[in-house]
Amino acid sequence: MNATNLHLFVLVVPLLSALAINLLGRRSRQWIAPMVLGSLAFSVFGSIIVMARVIEHGTLRYTVGNWQPPYGIELVVDPLSALMMVLISVVALLASFSSLKSVEQELPGREHFFFTLYMILIAGLFGLVLTGDAFNLYVLLEITSITTYGLIAMGKGRAALSSFNYIIMGSIAACFYLLGIGYIYILTGTLNMADIARILPTLDAPVATATAIAFVLVGLWIKMAFFPLHSWLPNAYSQAPTGAGTLIAPLMTKVTVYLMVRVIFTMYTPALVFTHEWIAQGVVWAAAFAIICGSVLALGQKDLRRMLTYIIVAEVGYMVGGIFLANANGLTGSILHIVNDALMTLCLFLVVAAIIYRQGSVSLVSLQGIFRRMPITMAAFTLGAFAMIGVPPTCGFFSKWYLILGGIDGGHWEFVIALVISSLINAVLFFRIIELAYFGSLQEGEHHEHSVTERHEAPWWMLSPLVLTAVILIVVGLSTGPLVNNVIRLMIPVGF
Amino acid sequence: METVIGEIVAKYNYWIYVVLMMIGFYAMIGKRNLVKKLIGMNIFQTSIILFFVSTGVKKGGGIPIVDKYQALAGHVEAASTVNPLPHVLMLTAIVVGVSVTGVALAVLQRIYKEYGTLEEDEILEKLQR
Repeated sequence: MNATNLHLFVLVVPLLSALAINLLGRRSRQWIAPMVLGSLAFSVFGSIIVMARVIEHGTLRYTVGNWQPPYGIELVVDPLSALMMVLISVVALLASFSSLKSVEQELPGREHFFFTLYMILIAGLFGLVLTGDAFNLYVLLEITSITTYGLIAMGKGRAALSSFNYIIMGSIAACFYLLGIGYIYILTGTLNMADIARILPTLDAPVATATAIAFVLVGLWIKMAFFPLHSWLPNAYSQAPTGAGTLIAPLMTKVTVYLMVRVIFTMYTPALVFTHEWIAQGVVWAAAFAIICGSVLALGQKDLRRMLTYIIVAEVGYMVGGIFLANANGLTGSILHIVNDALMTLCLFLVVAAIIYRQGSVSLVSLQGIFRRMPITMAAFTLGAFAMIGVPPTCGFFSKWYLILGGIDGGHWEFVIALVISSLINAVLFFRIIELAYFGSLQEGEHHEHSVTERHEAPWWMLSPLVLTAVILIVVGLSTGPLVNNVIRLMIPVGF
Repeated sequence: METVIGEIVAKYNYWIYVVLMMIGFYAMIGKRNLVKKLIGMNIFQTSIILFFVSTGVKKGGGIPIVDKYQALAGHVEAASTVNPLPHVLMLTAIVVGVSVTGVALAVLQRIYKEYGTLEEDEILEKLQR
């Protein structure tokens, strides 16, 4: 193995293991866990080495099959994609521990199907952050989406219906993206992102370029569930099998936000996107609206997992708004929030998986007094909740801080106010649950199956990644400075 | 009026794609039957495939199969052949479209097993009960 194309192996190993899992896992399910964990562990180490190399030597480029760009497809690893690779591999590895356990319980006999899709999804996500080709990005976007449709449809009850709605919305989104790429191809005659960025500013076709970016952005907004286009997300994510939710919820929306950063800053130049003041202003207003609506809708939910999906909708508003503030602090905050939100969502979904494994439900009623039954899980939940609210030593505070600074710099007070209100609503949401879990006792007349008060903690397979994630939340929070200075600052264009 | 018609006739391929796209969009949003929604999605995808393919066409362009030695010597004029790249891209897009349709049909089968119908109204009615 040659170390110069290590980033390709990070993608290929999960992909090949997907095939192997399908073949070998069919015979005996003992093969599944070592192959899933082994290939993901390789990806974690590989991506950390790639990141170290990128920070040391600068951007890596790899031409697949030696077809030279702009004609061939090129894989580009710049500091931001290296960061995303590390994030995806770490989240996937941590989530897979918990998924292995919950899939064993929820989908007995179908584990090899589940993990085949699971590994292809992870390979697709790696591909999305690596590719430097606009059309290749469409194909990978559909690979991740199709595997997600399949994973969600494996859930019980309404899951198939939610998956179908997601298929319809997701296909509209992908078609919009493809249409935008078509316009760009007609304009520039190339599909390589770096080449597009070189040619587009020299063209004198403002209407066509604006139309193209509008199609691309709307496509991505549907995929990431930006507020008025979010309707597919809560059902799909809350009805997916628990094991799928722990992977999909932290990663899918966040990677799509990354794609938006890529499209705006690598494929288009920020000057082209932010020329019309009113468009950027309008998007920031929409983001503020998304944040408030997502948070308020979360207040009305009676199920922890459903509540979290609405929080995801609000968090997407944070990141989109931060990018369209069009200043350095806003962009830093958004990129930092991609990392932090993935970790926070992972932490909370791991808690959900652990609780569902033990008692089958995460409706708020069933959480009463759960602190006594699952103290370690709920301690990690408290930490994840603090990060979501934005309490200082945890990572959620720092990205919110940058976003608020960006909002003040850009004079977008509506965005600042939305952030603060959303933090307050998050505090209400989570303290309500913490109170229920700590002090809540079963009311009279309500006989619950799990009214036992003895300790009944989640199995080690689910508990250890959860505790590790909770620790990571604090570690990432404390290392925000180096992360911003060594990685994220490199992404911000000069004079931005 | 003359100019508008002239405009439409000159760029008829774009108008066809827009019309097809709107038909597909209507079927996806407006129809209550899930299979019809899926067919709408297919029409939507097809319109974009047609759009891409039509962008490669050149007036008087031949098929893009050229003699290797002529091409290497630089004797082939780009204007004399249609652009094959959009066609190749659309092969991939067709594969993607087929896969999505396949997954969607499998999901529809599961929905039918679960609810015994593919009409959205009836499913929602059953869910509320």
